[in-house]
Amino acid sequence: MSTPTTSPAEVAARPGAHRAGDEARTDGASARARRERRAAYLFMAPNLIGLTVFVAIPMLLSIVLAFFRVDGFGGYDFVGFANFERMFSDPYFLSSLGRTLLYLVVLVPGLFVSGLGLALLVRHKFPLVGFFRTALFAPNVVSLVVVALIWQFLLTDDVGFIARLLDRVGLTAPSWLGDPAFALPTVMVITIWFSMGYYMLIFLAGLQDIPREYYEVASIDGAGPWTTFRNITWPLLKPTSFFILLTSTIAVMTGGLDLLVILTGGGPANSTTLVIYYVYQQAFVYGEFGYAAAISSFLVLILLAWSALLFALTKGGRFTHAQ
Amino acid sequence: MPSDTAALPRPATRPPVAPGRRTSWRRRKSSTLFVVVGVITILTVFPLVWMVTSSFKGPDEVLSTDLLPSAPTVDNFEYVFSAAPFGRYLFNSFVVSATVTVVALFFHSMAAYALARLRFPGRDAIFLGIFSTLLVTAPVVLVPLFLVVHRLGLLNSYAGLILPAIFSAYGIFLLRQFYLAIPAELEEAAVLDGCGYWRIYWSIILPLSKSIFAALAVLFFLANWNAFLWPLVATTDSDLQVVQLGIASFQEQNTADWQYVLAAATVAAVPTLLAFAIFQRRIVESIKTSGLK
Repeated sequence: MSTPTTSPAEVAARPGAHRAGDEARTDGASARARRERRAAYLFMAPNLIGLTVFVAIPMLLSIVLAFFRVDGFGGYDFVGFANFERMFSDPYFLSSLGRTLLYLVVLVPGLFVSGLGLALLVRHKFPLVGFFRTALFAPNVVSLVVVALIWQFLLTDDVGFIARLLDRVGLTAPSWLGDPAFALPTVMVITIWFSMGYYMLIFLAGLQDIPREYYEVASIDGAGPWTTFRNITWPLLKPTSFFILLTSTIAVMTGGLDLLVILTGGGPANSTTLVIYYVYQQAFVYGEFGYAAAISSFLVLILLAWSALLFALTKGGRFTHAQ
Repeated sequence: MPSDTAALPRPATRPPVAPGRRTSWRRRKSSTLFVVVGVITILTVFPLVWMVTSSFKGPDEVLSTDLLPSAPTVDNFEYVFSAAPFGRYLFNSFVVSATVTVVALFFHSMAAYALARLRFPGRDAIFLGIFSTLLVTAPVVLVPLFLVVHRLGLLNSYAGLILPAIFSAYGIFLLRQFYLAIPAELEEAAVLDGCGYWRIYWSIILPLSKSIFAALAVLFFLANWNAFLWPLVATTDSDLQVVQLGIASFQEQNTADWQYVLAAATVAAVPTLLAFAIFQRRIVESIKTSGLK
């Protein structure tokens, strides 16, 4: 009988010891995972609660409210689809919708072109370019209330700065904000004025991500500016363009309400009553919270559809380009 | 996320063909750009400059077409502060904006840390849920938010002005992107030392966030200082008026006196323009980063 080099006890113990070690490790790992999970939820808790109360619940409430008539005393009556039916037979809503469409069709390309145009200019290096970039963005940092006051002042009928300037060259200025034919175009120009610097910066970031070597190669090949733009800049800028189309549509459709409230109050003759202003008016002037909620739900639906369309057209916002 | 957006684009280095002609061509191009962009910039900032200079003009020359006042006066500002409680307005705006900024940075970075650095079930779904709230812009939920805040009994209170403004996916999203890029080794050392997650967040993640916090702080502060619609519907108490409401109602009472209205507008705008002038580099960089994917 040979003496075992290891005692049976030890042999028996070894795998056991291994198992015990493994268990300790998995126990430790799962305890750690549990701790990590608990920590994560605690870290997120303030935001999850806040976002639920102040964003998610209002959003859901908006959809629910759309099916109710709310009276001035806080009473809620379920009315089914009545608010939606009312929308499509309400001439004021329908004309505000048409106006918003026109506003979108002009402003989204307008912001795109002005932002891209400025970015293409200030991407180059020339004296004071840093200052120019900053200054072009400056109108974006003052509030829309201030923007509205400045332009009301400059566009004052007859005695305002712009009217006097035109007068000096022998032109008669229209009533920019008082004539229904001019009010909406004026609002569009003001919107381009204060937003173009923002879109310029986003485009500039996109342009600066395009590898410089591409331009070097194009220049060696003797490509002109237009060819270079069409074959290098435009295709490589697609992700930025996509982002801008998406965000500017949302901004144009739902933003600028502050400006309308102060600058025009939706007038004259409802000529600047865009859908978002109509929602505001229905809710806070007429107390029609249910109807207002139906319209804003409709607005969100359109935005969702537009985002989905953009994503579908661009295959999820991903762009394949030769890198 | 590309991080070299700060780098200025340099003109492509070209083969050294005819260096003389090259440089003169480049100089001409650069001076043309200077003139074109210069003119656009002057036209763009002109309304802002006009507001500031006109606020120092007397009532008889506020509508003149001269840029600078012939007899600069601060009477308009004295009138603004004596005719309406602008000190109070500025104080309210400052309290609301500063509180929202500090609390939002703190909360947003906590959530961003968890979403970027911790593993837990449902992480992607939660992130997607938070991200999707970006589609819901403030004017769209204005009506139901008003009803929720009304139900919570927070109308006409600082809390009603502050709480709804704190929570937005924007900061969480940007901070998460930033935290994803932090090398894991920094945390691993702390984990080996037996640090808890709170310690890691507090003594490793927060100090690393200084630069992005500075950029976001300016953006948050400006957005809240400039907010008009929510304070308009959430407060009726004159003691709670913020400066944007203050200048709007001041204008209603002084419609014809443009020198006063412009002085009031300047009072509301100068803090934002100053903050912008001081922090412009950070603001510009954070705006550019926010645009990326």
